[in-house]
Amino acid sequence: MTDEGWPATRARVLRTAVGVGVAVGTYGVAFGALAVSSGLSVTQALALSMLTFTGASQFALVGVLGTGGSAVAGVATAWLLGSRNALYGLRLAPLLAPGSRRRRLLAAHLVLDESTAVAVAQDDDRAARLGFWATGAAVFVCWNAATAAGALGTEALGDPQAWGLDAAVGAAFLALLWPRLRDRGALPVALAGAGVALAATPLLPPGIPVLLAAVVAVVVGWPEPAAREAGS
Amino acid sequence: MWPAILATSVGAYLLKLAGLSTPAKVLQSPRVRRIAALLPVALLAALTGVQIFASGEHLVLDARAAGLAFAVGALLVRAPFLVVVLGAAAVAAGLRAVGG
Repeated sequence: MTDEGWPATRARVLRTAVGVGVAVGTYGVAFGALAVSSGLSVTQALALSMLTFTGASQFALVGVLGTGGSAVAGVATAWLLGSRNALYGLRLAPLLAPGSRRRRLLAAHLVLDESTAVAVAQDDDRAARLGFWATGAAVFVCWNAATAAGALGTEALGDPQAWGLDAAVGAAFLALLWPRLRDRGALPVALAGAGVALAATPLLPPGIPVLLAAVVAVVVGWPEPAAREAGS
Repeated sequence: MWPAILATSVGAYLLKLAGLSTPAKVLQSPRVRRIAALLPVALLAALTGVQIFASGEHLVLDARAAGLAFAVGALLVRAPFLVVVLGAAAVAAGLRAVGG
């Protein structure tokens, strides 16, 4: 517990939740725009944001389909990217418990980068629970409203290539990647992943080279770290 | 398109639920944790590379690369997400307009 009382804590957590929601909304505008420019309808873009509700997986599906990849390759890439949410759930489970089964089914939909980050940053479980639910709800509202705005706006825009939206998709992937590059050992994995995908591009059908990059993560993550960080 | 959207959604939800539900041993293994942390790094980097430098099954260097260069610079000075994305689009669109 910190020195501040619960009303002050509650106000601070709620302010954080709304701030995060609004910030994530800017990604939602971009997602809506890129989804429509990749050939999805406005309804399909919104369905992805409401039902999938995890940004990187949504960008991945749209990106793979937009570059001519098959639906199977797109879905597989989206699933692999969503696997990190299972680890977030593991960290959140002790904070959110005990809860009814129905509440857990609802909570699962709100497990995100952002709701996890706000929840685990709190000093006690009550604030953590509020942080999780408030951030999840704020992001859900802002993400979907922003997707609708981006999708409807782009539908009115015309030729996506002339507007440089294909470059924008690449920039969006890089922006999602950027904060993860601070982790130890992440940069070589990123370079190797991109290298493998580009080397395989002339050889394999679109969509498959990206999946092949997952092998890099497995190969690098497989050995026990004792061999790599002796003495630390 | 709809089957892909639904399959993505169901898979994403089950992954979230798996973590929240009774912790399975496999998810607690340090090896699985390491790999799951590295997967987004490798996949997002691959998606970036293919989106910028691939055209079907060919590798090309075109206006998209200039857009990506802008994005790198913008991220280095901690520009907001929309500036990164819209700036990259504007650079690529501008180059295409100049090039005819």
